[in-house]
Amino acid sequence: MTLLSPQSSASVSSDLASSSVSSKQSVQERVFYQLIEAVGHQTAAKNQFFTLTLTGETSQFTRFSQAKVRQTGAVCDGQMQLSLMSAERITAAYLPFTAQFEADWSALSQTLAALQADLPQVPVDPYLVLPVKAQPSRSREVRAGQLLSPGTVVETLLSTVQDLDFSGLYAGGMAYRAYGDSAGNRHWFETPSFTLDYSLFGDRANQAVKGTLAGNRWNLTDYQHNIRHSQQQLNLLNRPVKAVSKGAYRTYLAPAAAADIIDTIIWSGGLGAADLQQGNSAFRKLESGDVQLSNQFSLSENFQRTDVPRFNENGVLASAQLSVIENGRWANALVSDRSAKEYGKLSNAANRAESMRAPTVAPGTLAADQVLSQLETGLYVSNLHYLNWSDRTAGRLTGMTRYACFWVEAGEIVAPIENLRFDDNLYRFLGEGLIDLSDRATFLPAVDTYDRRSLGGIWTPGLLIDQFKYTL
Amino acid sequence: MIGYLTETLEQIDLPADWIGIRAVKENSSWHAMRDGHPQQNQRGLNQGGMVEVLAQGQFGYSAVNQLSSEALRAAATTAYEQAIAASKWALYRFTPSVRPAIKGEYISPAVLPLNALSVADINDLLSKLCEQLKVSANIVRTSAIARTHEIESWFVSSNGAEIHQKLLLLESHLGAIAQASGVTQSRSDNGYLARSYQGGWEHFSGESLSERAHKIGQQAVDLLSAPNCPTESTTLVLAPDQMMLQIHESVGHPLELDRILGDERNYAGGSFVQPQDFGQLVYGSPLMNITFDTTAPQELASYQFDDTGAIANREYLIREGVLERGLGGLESQSRLSVPGVSCARACSWNRPAIDRMANINLEPGETSFDEMIGSIENGVYMESNRSWSIDDQRHKFQFGCEYARKIEDGKLTTLLKNPNYRATTPQFWRSLSQVGNGETLETYGTPYCGKGEPNQLVRVGHASPVCAFENIEVFGGAS
Repeated sequence: MTLLSPQSSASVSSDLASSSVSSKQSVQERVFYQLIEAVGHQTAAKNQFFTLTLTGETSQFTRFSQAKVRQTGAVCDGQMQLSLMSAERITAAYLPFTAQFEADWSALSQTLAALQADLPQVPVDPYLVLPVKAQPSRSREVRAGQLLSPGTVVETLLSTVQDLDFSGLYAGGMAYRAYGDSAGNRHWFETPSFTLDYSLFGDRANQAVKGTLAGNRWNLTDYQHNIRHSQQQLNLLNRPVKAVSKGAYRTYLAPAAAADIIDTIIWSGGLGAADLQQGNSAFRKLESGDVQLSNQFSLSENFQRTDVPRFNENGVLASAQLSVIENGRWANALVSDRSAKEYGKLSNAANRAESMRAPTVAPGTLAADQVLSQLETGLYVSNLHYLNWSDRTAGRLTGMTRYACFWVEAGEIVAPIENLRFDDNLYRFLGEGLIDLSDRATFLPAVDTYDRRSLGGIWTPGLLIDQFKYTL
Repeated sequence: MIGYLTETLEQIDLPADWIGIRAVKENSSWHAMRDGHPQQNQRGLNQGGMVEVLAQGQFGYSAVNQLSSEALRAAATTAYEQAIAASKWALYRFTPSVRPAIKGEYISPAVLPLNALSVADINDLLSKLCEQLKVSANIVRTSAIARTHEIESWFVSSNGAEIHQKLLLLESHLGAIAQASGVTQSRSDNGYLARSYQGGWEHFSGESLSERAHKIGQQAVDLLSAPNCPTESTTLVLAPDQMMLQIHESVGHPLELDRILGDERNYAGGSFVQPQDFGQLVYGSPLMNITFDTTAPQELASYQFDDTGAIANREYLIREGVLERGLGGLESQSRLSVPGVSCARACSWNRPAIDRMANINLEPGETSFDEMIGSIENGVYMESNRSWSIDDQRHKFQFGCEYARKIEDGKLTTLLKNPNYRATTPQFWRSLSQVGNGETLETYGTPYCGKGEPNQLVRVGHASPVCAFENIEVFGGAS
């Protein structure tokens, strides 16, 4: 097996005070900072303000089906976003970043000129947040790691699963996120990372076990262990399928299924100040104190456990931890700098979308070896699929069970089930319906690759729920 | 550009069976206003090139966000290495026949060019629309969005393909949220960004725009005092803006050949449709006629060539209820030996082509709207999608709408809030009992059809008349 060392192998912890740049900076970092300086020269004389952000990656994407290769390739991508501001107005543009200064500055300077022409045409923005020097104003996080070299991905992954029906995607490479502005804030985040999202299929069509593996250091032993564990579950799927009638059942949502619920909540549930103010949230009743969830349920941002940048679109670092729901009670909305200005609140450096970036659900008391016995009779749900709100402002969610879901009787797995649709209210199933959470949180990596490879993921335990409602 | 790419291609010296270069330049503008205040005024350029190489029966690709000849030649070498490294493990050994040597050009028709309005004009328009959406103090949020995209692509290949396409797109949205006494209701312009079309500003102008904005705001307020949709099995009438979602999720996706082949099992899912079903399966009632049509001039996903260079034509997928043809490009047709269409599409330069929907339409019938409603003793009429969820085999679904009315004794009566319905796909389509005539036909689109590994969002269009379905389980919100 050949491993590819990333460009920088030094792990540099956050340098929050220093304004110096490490001599080990990558060409991407060097060019990005040169571009910031160049933009600064062009805008300072005009009393204009700017922010410049960067998202970039080099990626290996290999897609597998039936333990063979369906598609394989490499992508080198980078995109800058320049926001130009006067005292009252803002306009923005995105454009490619190639890490070649001459080419990038040529494109960026033309874009800047276009934005300078646009700026007087846009209306006054009363909630505009101009860049100010933040404390700390600088950070630099460069992760070390070792990934599979592109030429060895296929051989390494497939040689372990040759007797299995293995499908999925390996996505890995370097990833960059960066920020700079006219106030002197500078942030750089760079990490090697990979995700492997796979399914093993059994003899029966559409019955599978899903698994994920992620990190910044490929470990063959971990991979082989995961596959062996998945195979053990696969054996259970060979049992005759049980068609479970619609109704309400005691249900254990394993961490991957729980993460699907949490993912829906954090992306579209409306945990931010703007959604709460604008009537676009499932959590208005919780925020107002009219209702509570179970005191066992706590949800927080925890940047200490998740490998994602802490800086937001205004160059401000979020606190390492922020409680959102604490013991069933509302603790804090996510508040962006813009919402803070609009609604007269204190910013907690949330991102513009006011979505969670490092979500963590606190564990409960349910030991792993007690899950089935505590479930007694009901459904063990490994994965959910295609969640959406059937009534968002009321907190009602729907979705499907998917892959490796079982009927359990007297604490024993009896049979895999046909897929069921659930439709239940989070105020119930995370409220009085929440019996317990498993005693360890599992990391479920973000494996989506729309536009770019995602970083981070969700830490969550499994959820044991009474009378979870299935409707179809 | 074609000449430049051809010259670059000629400079690539690799022992490959086939090499192709697909270059893409997308210039966009994004404008959004909320409650009369600017939320977004943005320009954008996204460009790059993908080199695809076929060697030893396996495709490999490499994509870079620049179009220099040097970068594309280097990408070709990387793509070749990718193909060779995987060839021993190829799922299927392809030949260059899945990349036809076609030459041609397609340009979207537009009446008012995308640069016809200045940045100031666009903001003025959006601001006025926000005012018109705010019909009362109960409106707590108004939003107006307009986006434009000019997407140019060029495709050349070692076996002689030379294709240039230029797509001009306008995507728009209007929305209002109303609140009173703890009740929240929202209404939009036929669903989020549903008014997305090929063409120019003619799709977001005129007096009807102001009228629509006012109606959206008023209906959001009206819904506040409406009762919940009742829980019952009844005749369900769906407006074209909900039929869009219904066709997309329960016809388009299950007919994708790559889902049937199992490529999507790990992500988007498979399909209840089996290869032997083509030519056999009674998918719906005899009134059901579904076409793949990339020739509709204003529909969002029109084109003349897919991203492998294959010429696209209008084809029936389902005729008089019987499944005829799947949604699969030349690669899937070769693997599965079933008839498909030219729908191998990539979302941009940085993703490979896979089987996608384009424009999937339900052909009109002969019933007028008044005749349809007049024939129904008891039923529910629903408009505008707001929630969607379906299983990974595209079988069990639950969809929600923004707006509904009770149908009683042949008339639209009580306004209903939080309307939802659920069913299984074959049961639902076989219960199709009435299809509206051409006067009820409306065309919508969405920029957000997600699928594939790595993930891709593509634009799709759907045209449909009003339709009626029998004995469908409907229900309301809360609890």
